[in-house]
Parts: sequence; C-alpha cells; structure tokens
Amino acid sequence: MALVTVEDLSVQYGENTVLHHVDMTIESGEIVTIVGPNGSGKTSLLRAIIGATPLSAGRVTLNPGLKIGYVPQKLHIDPTLPITVERFMRLTNRVPRQDCVKALESAGVPDLLNNQMSRLSGGQFQRVLLARALIDRPDILLLDEATQGLDQRGSAAFYQQIEAVRKETGCAVLMISHELHVVMSASDRVICLNGHVCCEGSPAVVASAPEYRALFGTGTGGALALYRHEHDHHHDHSKSSQEAAE
Amino acid sequence: MLDDFMTRATLAGVGVALAAAPLGCFVVWRRMAYFGDATAHAAILGVALSLTLQMSIFAGALAVALIMALTVTVLSGRGYAMDTLLGVLAHSALAFGLVAVSFLSGVRIDLMAYLFGDILAVSRTDLLIIWGGAALVVALITWRWSELLTATLNEELAYASGFDPKREQLILTLSLAVTVAVAIKVVGVLLIAAMLIIPAAAARSLARSPEAMAVVAAVIGGASAVIGLRSAYVFDTPAGPSIVCVAAIVFACVNLLGWQTRDKI
Repeated sequence: MALVTVEDLSVQYGENTVLHHVDMTIESGEIVTIVGPNGSGKTSLLRAIIGATPLSAGRVTLNPGLKIGYVPQKLHIDPTLPITVERFMRLTNRVPRQDCVKALESAGVPDLLNNQMSRLSGGQFQRVLLARALIDRPDILLLDEATQGLDQRGSAAFYQQIEAVRKETGCAVLMISHELHVVMSASDRVICLNGHVCCEGSPAVVASAPEYRALFGTGTGGALALYRHEHDHHHDHSKSSQEAAE
Repeated sequence: MLDDFMTRATLAGVGVALAAAPLGCFVVWRRMAYFGDATAHAAILGVALSLTLQMSIFAGALAVALIMALTVTVLSGRGYAMDTLLGVLAHSALAFGLVAVSFLSGVRIDLMAYLFGDILAVSRTDLLIIWGGAALVVALITWRWSELLTATLNEELAYASGFDPKREQLILTLSLAVTVAVAIKVVGVLLIAAMLIIPAAAARSLARSPEAMAVVAAVIGGASAVIGLRSAYVFDTPAGPSIVCVAAIVFACVNLLGWQTRDKI
C-alpha cells in the first residue's frame, strides 16, 4: 500500500483555486520531487498532506500509523528565544539524548548538540532541521524547499545527505525544489505541478516532456544541459535512459 | 498578616509578575508586544461597561479583553497588516472606553486608578482573584509548554507533529486576556504590556534555554514588584509605575553588563 495517496485533491484560498484535481501517490522508499513555477501550489500540496490546509475537495489518505518527518521551508527562530540544538530536537519527541546524537550524525552535523540554534550557520541550521525530522525514524520525509538560502555547493551537499539518509533508513522522501538540475538527478520520480499535475515520471521523461518545457521555457536549457551533463558521468543512468526511451 | 495593605499589595504584585513572566516570554518570542498592548487598552472599555452594569471589574475587563484578542486573531491576515489592525482596534477601544466612562454620572470615578493601577487598594477578594488568575495562566502555559514552543517556532512543524497551532495561539490569547484582567488593579491598563515584556526581555541575555528564560523573568518581575512597592512607599511615588521603573532599570543594567562582558571575550 502507498504511504501517501492523494485523490482528486482541490485546495482553494477564498476565490483562488491553487490546486485542482491532483492525484498522486508516494510509495515507500522512493524519492519524489515536486517542481513547478511560483504559485503552482507546491507548498499547498505539502501543507494538505500534513493537514495544515483545509481541502475543498478530494482526499488525502495516509497509511495508518505513518510517521512523518517534516523539514520546513524556513524556520525563523527569533533571536530573543534561547534554545539549544538538543532542546529543539527533543521538543516534540521525548527521545533519549543518544537518539539526538545519532540523528545529528545521520544529518552530517555531529557535535552541535549544545550549540544555541541562533548561532548556527544556514547550512548547519538546515541539517539540524533534517536531523530533527529523522529522530523519530520517519517512514517519509517531507521537505519544503529545504535548501533555500544555501549556496549551490551547500544545497548539492544537502541533497547528497538526503540520498544517504534514504539509503541508510529506507524512508521515502517527498520534496519541493526550485533547483531543477540538482534535484532532478537525485530523484526517482518528478512531479511537475502547475495547479494540476502537468506531467510526471522519471527525471529524464519529465525533462523532455513538452508540458515541462512550456512551463520552464528557456531557463530549462541550462538546467537540462547540466542534468544531462551530470548523467554523462554517472554509471547508474541506464535505468533512467531506458525509461526515457519508453 | 493580610490586614496590612502593603503585604496585600506586595502579594498582588508578585502574583501578576508570576503570570506575566512565562506569558511575556511568548509575547517577546512571537513579537506580540503590540498585541498585548491592544488587549490591555481594550480593557478600559471593559472597566466602563462593568461600572455601568454594576458588575465585577475583573469580569468586564476579562470579557472585553477576550473579545478584543479573539477579534484580532480572527481578522489578522485578512487585508490589513497586523499593526494597522491593532492600531485601529486598540485605540478605538480605548477611546470608546474613555467616552463611555464620561457618561457615567452619579459615581465619581477615578480613571487614574484604572489607567495606572491602584495596587495599594487591593482587597482580600482582589488578591484571591489575582492569584486564581495567575495560577490558571501558569498552569495553562506549563501544560502546553512544548506545544506552545513548537507552534511559536513554526506552524507546519506543529501540524506535522500532530497538533493544531491555532489552538495553541488561542491558549496564549486566553492567557493574555486573563493576565490583563487581573493586572489592571496592579499596574493599570497602560502599563500591563510593560510587565509582560520588560522582565522577559531582561531575562533573555541571562538564559540559555526557554524554560530558564521564563523562570528568570519571573524572578525579575517578582523582585521588581517587591522593590518597586518598597520604593513607592519610601519616596511617595505612584506604585504601579514604580514597579515598571525598577524592571526597566534591571533591563538596562543586564544589557549594559552584557555588553561589557561581550567586549571582553
């Protein structure tokens, strides 16, 4: 059974329909990326899945007992709020300290346990958010533009971490991203969203789909080139090119 | 012991400080300072209504503060910026309150007592209400502490953890209304926000965890109440403002010392 099933979902804010008739599923262990222009409803879709947005039609079904690890888009901690990394991580999960240490290691930032959250760098902060999401051994990780504010190297490293985490824990990953080429190479499946699902499939299929090209226009030229370029140097591209050929 | 008006005043001041401290931390963290102010200003309308209807000041102030806080919560995010909305509602409520009070004939009302507090006139019943209200606020905030903190950090994080951040917001709103209602007698509507914000702000640089900040704020608030009242007695100054002055001096000292130590490191 799929971890998350979205059926005929519509979301409205007042007069404004941001999502209409969206169908999608997330199977266990897969990395799915949602791409789409600004205002295409990416964040609304994620919010609908965690129950933060009322649905105007359709259904979101979560596998019973599904544990969600959520990494928010940006988390502003007011400088007036003193809180250590450890306290932050254990805020909603009353887990042993040892689990925090392990989660921080998985996220690639050991030794931060006693630091103040407000003193972390952008990259460290995002990794602590990731560690916090991992602490309860989630079945699925949800990431909403988790690399905003990181430079290109930082975000590439962050996505590598996500892949490593998936390999280590086997959890599914659903993420939103603007950084098309980085994300595309790391995903099993890409969903291209613009109020509705324009197209979906393996990264190569989506990248060559006319709907996708229409949405991202000339900007994709570079991203696509980069994407292809990267795959020229990978050895595991047989699967995606096969799917592209289908 | 409670026969002495100074003892009653001190207990009242400490009671308000204890409730205001943890709530004040959230007001500071969530940048709700103006929200606290607005709720407090609205309370004067509640005072006027209670005097007209001859009911308890606490009940009237509580009701209006609650309506005000809920109205702001509901209207926020619907067209006007939060500070504009609060500016309109708070000052209208204050103005309507002051006008309403002027209509009250018969009883001569000392408006100053409600604007700046009348802590030296705290009765045993008042004391009971203040401590009851303070206990309620402290209990509510302690009970929901982790959830309140999570909701303060990020709404989606709260949803993903399985609870509704709007409910947590409501708990803070409710606590704010209760605190405002019980603090009117102590510091008056114009200075309630000061009791919320100044001890919490002063505690910031002395604390490394949110819990410590709330406790330190409570200590600073309580001490300000005791020292402020004592000074008011000695120097014959108004009690409520004296308490706030002491808290402000503590805030200034903590920050000046903080700067010095930071320069040395």
